Amino acid sequence: MTTLFIPRDSAARSVGADEVAVRLAALLPGSTIVRTGSRGAMWLEPLVEVDTPGGRRGYGQVTPDDAESVAAAISAGTGHALEVGLVDDLPWLADQHRLLFARSGLADPLDADAYVALGGLRALRAASAMDPLEVVAAVEASGLRGRGGAGFPAGIKWRTVAAAEADRKYVCINADEGDSGTFADRLLMEGDPFALIEGAAIAGLAVGATQGYAYIRSEYPDAVATMRDAVAEARDRGWLGPSVLGSGRGFDLAVRVGAGSYVCGEETAMLESLEGRRGMVRAKPPIPALAGLHGRPTLVHNVLTLASVVSILGDGADAYAALGRDRSRGTQVFQLAGNIARGGIVELPFGPTLRELVEGYGGGTRSGRPVRAVQLGGPLGAYLPASRLDVAMDYESVAEAGGMLGHGGIVVFDDTVDMAEQARFAMEFCAEESCGKCTPCRIGAVRGVEVVDRLRAGDDPDGDRAVLLDLCEVMRDGSLCAMGGLTPQPVLSALEHFGEDFIPRTAVGA
Amino acid sequence: MLMAFQEIQAEFGYVPDGAIAAVAEALNVSRADAYGVLTFYSDLRTQPPRPVSVRICMGEACQAVGARDLLAAVQGLDSARCEVAHVYCVGNCALGPSAVVDGRLIGRASAETVHRLAGGPS
Ligand SMILES: Cc1cc2nc3c(=O)[nH]c(=O)nc-3n(C[C@H](O)[C@H](O)[C@H](O)COP(=O)(O)O)c2cc1C
Ligand code: SF4
Repeated sequence: MTTLFIPRDSAARSVGADEVAVRLAALLPGSTIVRTGSRGAMWLEPLVEVDTPGGRRGYGQVTPDDAESVAAAISAGTGHALEVGLVDDLPWLADQHRLLFARSGLADPLDADAYVALGGLRALRAASAMDPLEVVAAVEASGLRGRGGAGFPAGIKWRTVAAAEADRKYVCINADEGDSGTFADRLLMEGDPFALIEGAAIAGLAVGATQGYAYIRSEYPDAVATMRDAVAEARDRGWLGPSVLGSGRGFDLAVRVGAGSYVCGEETAMLESLEGRRGMVRAKPPIPALAGLHGRPTLVHNVLTLASVVSILGDGADAYAALGRDRSRGTQVFQLAGNIARGGIVELPFGPTLRELVEGYGGGTRSGRPVRAVQLGGPLGAYLPASRLDVAMDYESVAEAGGMLGHGGIVVFDDTVDMAEQARFAMEFCAEESCGKCTPCRIGAVRGVEVVDRLRAGDDPDGDRAVLLDLCEVMRDGSLCAMGGLTPQPVLSALEHFGEDFIPRTAVGA
Repeated sequence: MLMAFQEIQAEFGYVPDGAIAAVAEALNVSRADAYGVLTFYSDLRTQPPRPVSVRICMGEACQAVGARDLLAAVQGLDSARCEVAHVYCVGNCALGPSAVVDGRLIGRASAETVHRLAGGPS
């Protein structure tokens, strides 16, 4: 009997995985179809895998119309134009170093037995038998830094929350993933949800929190559904609840859904939103680690940060810290997006060059035209020109090159991009998504759109340029959070590296 | 408050007029606070939804593969029957441009596909 694996990930479904699964089921009666998470090779989706004695054989970019010929090839054991060989041997996957994405794509994401068989739960078992402060020490020793954007050392937060005295403490999973070009949180929640639950439970036990919340954006309905089912299953199995794995210590998790606001990914705005109010950014101090949700000590982490803890406690902090370079330890999940031939998830120890990612793994642009600009770190991140592709991808090196690693998103643009339009968009986005608390952000962004428009009209280029630079400085220095504070990054980098796009087209001799 | 409005919207498809007062009273907050929450979140709507919804992703990753052109090409669908709007990032950034038609995510979306699924003239 043949077993087929077809992703149920929403990206795979967006290009027809459901129809392909239905057709193959009808064409191959008697076969078993397992709907898995995605391997993260989005460019191959829908990727159909067939169990063979030698391993799983893959067929990439299978459309519903291909189902018949693929089914025939599978039955007859003959070749097919869409065949990509053994999936585990694909260099694109085999050359990666996967910790966070080691399991996604292998099994039904809600199959808890499969999760354990694939190495899950070792970390929680170990952690639940350890002294909580030993767990905190392991996270410190691993060198783990927050994957949500700022790269703050996780161990410091854990120690702060653990040391805080309170009647209740919380863990909040930041699954708002608002940055365009990032989808690793979604992929993990849809493909390996138990890993996130395990990481959150370890965190809860370590810092003494009894309740956790996963704040997932509403644009991710499949992730919400998968996480809800996984949480229910974890509770049934005693991985969550009043006595986690029989340890006598409790931790439970609830899923909350956002409502279409980018700024709610900022941690204090997220806490406001979790409390049911407008997602207005709070002034710090107090820091959430001391006074967070409902005024209690709260550990806020990105999805990938918490899921990384599973490797750290499962395989040792030393093994984790041995990966990466300088102050960037472990692996980073790079997300190749935008105009890219082979987009998807590339998980590697920190430090590959941007060129290896964009040209090597990514295969250049999808359009086949030259790469002109790359935006790193989401809508608040700088645009780098193609001449800076040799930057090493770790927190400090990217910052030195004028960029921001952020959540690991890499958005590629070809030479048809109008960078003045992208600068204008950055201001427009800020104007639309600002929480409204500070004037430089709320009003400045609206003015920013106008100034970029005037600059492009070209009546007073020098004057308007000066106004734009001033405005960016005021936003950078006068904003409470990174929304207003970093919006100047994409704007100024566009102006610096692609100044020619801000000259009116008529003036360039059209 | 947010969850109360989300539940009301899940039930009715939008947040009807009387809901602000009802939520304010039930949760013992001022109407101004309830109104503030309702207007802050772009998901919450105070008008009934139209029968068909088309949302085009306008995240940078989708812009890099023609989202602006796609939005312009499907704008004509906007009518009493069909609502065309943009959304910032649906997490399908390697398979853009992305569209969401009646809750169904479409990757590598073309204007033809969106027209076909939205039931408009193609
Ligand atoms: C405007 C804005 C949006 C943000 N969006 C997110 C987000 O979607 N996901 C996330 O994990 N962090 C986001 N952050 C960062 C969080 O404020 C916070 O640093 C993070 O959740 C901490 O987790 P970490 O230590 O695991 O990185 C955002 C910050 C700002 C200023
Ligand atoms: S910078 Fe903008 S988003 Fe951040 S607190 Fe100020 S107004 Fe709100």
